[in-house]
Amino acid sequence: MFYKSSKCNFEAFNLNPINLNKNMSWLADTLTSSIGRKLIMSLTGLFLIVFLVVHLSGNFQLLANDGGESFNAYTKFMTTNPLIATISYGLYFFILLHIIMSIVLYRRNRSARPITYKKYDGSANSSWASRNMGILGTVILIFLVIHLRNFWYEMKFGSLPLDEFGNKDLYLIVSQAFSDVWYVALYVVCMIGLAFHLSHGFASAFASLGVSHNKYTPFIKKFGIAFAIIIPLGFAAIPVIMFINSLG
Amino acid sequence: MKFNLKIWRQKNNKDKGGFKDYVLDGVSKDMSFLEMIDILNEQLTEKNEDPVHFDHDCREGICGSCSMYINGRPHGPLREVATCQLHMRSFSDGETIVIEPFRSKGFPVIKDLAVDRGAFDRIIQAGGYISVNTGGTPDANEIPISKTVADEAFNSATCIACGACVAACKNSSAMLFVGAKISQLALLPQGKVERKERAQKMVAQMDAEGFGACTNTGACSIECPKGITFSNIARMNREYLSAEVTSEK
Repeated sequence: MFYKSSKCNFEAFNLNPINLNKNMSWLADTLTSSIGRKLIMSLTGLFLIVFLVVHLSGNFQLLANDGGESFNAYTKFMTTNPLIATISYGLYFFILLHIIMSIVLYRRNRSARPITYKKYDGSANSSWASRNMGILGTVILIFLVIHLRNFWYEMKFGSLPLDEFGNKDLYLIVSQAFSDVWYVALYVVCMIGLAFHLSHGFASAFASLGVSHNKYTPFIKKFGIAFAIIIPLGFAAIPVIMFINSLG
Repeated sequence: MKFNLKIWRQKNNKDKGGFKDYVLDGVSKDMSFLEMIDILNEQLTEKNEDPVHFDHDCREGICGSCSMYINGRPHGPLREVATCQLHMRSFSDGETIVIEPFRSKGFPVIKDLAVDRGAFDRIIQAGGYISVNTGGTPDANEIPISKTVADEAFNSATCIACGACVAACKNSSAMLFVGAKISQLALLPQGKVERKERAQKMVAQMDAEGFGACTNTGACSIECPKGITFSNIARMNREYLSAEVTSEK
């Protein structure tokens, strides 16, 4: 065709029909490429990491020893403030996107090796957590469903009793749940799963973004491990402490 | 030394294939792994059986032809060693050794342990080059390049395209290979002219070949016979994503 033989002239004026058709489809191409999908996993994962910090700092009010006054006031704020409500829709979306993209990637990666090895020595070259992010993620998902049903659903749609300040008494529901040893045990086990998921996911998210630097990458790796221990430990400590308190 | 070999035998790409057991005695500990297979093949030939097909060429660890998946790891148990440089002293007498081809949708089996790694050639063809005008030879030091950058580009350039990264990866991802090939050119001034287009085209070809996506396990880098660093994958991500956002098309 004519514009192919004199390609350089026409490209300068952007008259190449391929270019005209493209418009924004480059973005779809980028986000559906293998690296683009990793980018989505990375960005949603980092958002959820930030969320964990916010969630944990709120949870610590369960230990305030004021019969739930500050915790109930906090949960009321978190469910009624319009800014928080907007961000929470983003949160639901990012959780779903993280899960859906992980399934898309899992299927793609499985199909990339139709015949598997008879003998596979994964532990020789990689960490257990890095090879089992899907299983660890599933543990977190199961936990999330139980957790949302017991607390989030009750707060949003359940008929909770009111505390003496007129706030929904979520503290009562939480402290009842955390007086059940099996519920506490489930909570702790799931937090161990979260810890392993984070132990790989934190640094991995930065690598997917393309961050690799002699000065910063070693710090990111160490910080990721510390984060993966401290945050789940904080989450697990609260039900354990509340369970011990419920005994005496 | 005596070994029990469990070797994948497959007549051709259409054949289903399966493992076959062989007992090989009188192996010297100083033999390379390929020489051990040579001995087996001589015995098979004498018995009028089909010898085990496998890729090999230089047998000194620089061509990247040999490609066996040995006891659950590409190129066997040693670090930074290709199968040809792996010696039988790395195994214990009487050991059972499982030998499989590199497994990937992108590497179809040709026969037995030989796989078609043409996908790598097509990825290189998509953008793993620089376009230069031929003419007079430029002065060696005309373009200043820092030692650090030169060393890093050289590390990436030592990739021998053997495919161990793909074989090691639980997702059968080719990102260490593609990362190294993008990096070796992106780091140097000569490669910067086409860097955006290169990253876009090579990643697109990598995806089209059916390789998986990276989970950052780092297995590829550990199993790489040339020790290509994992940072090459992060650089590729950076190159690709910035190219997609900033390129004109």
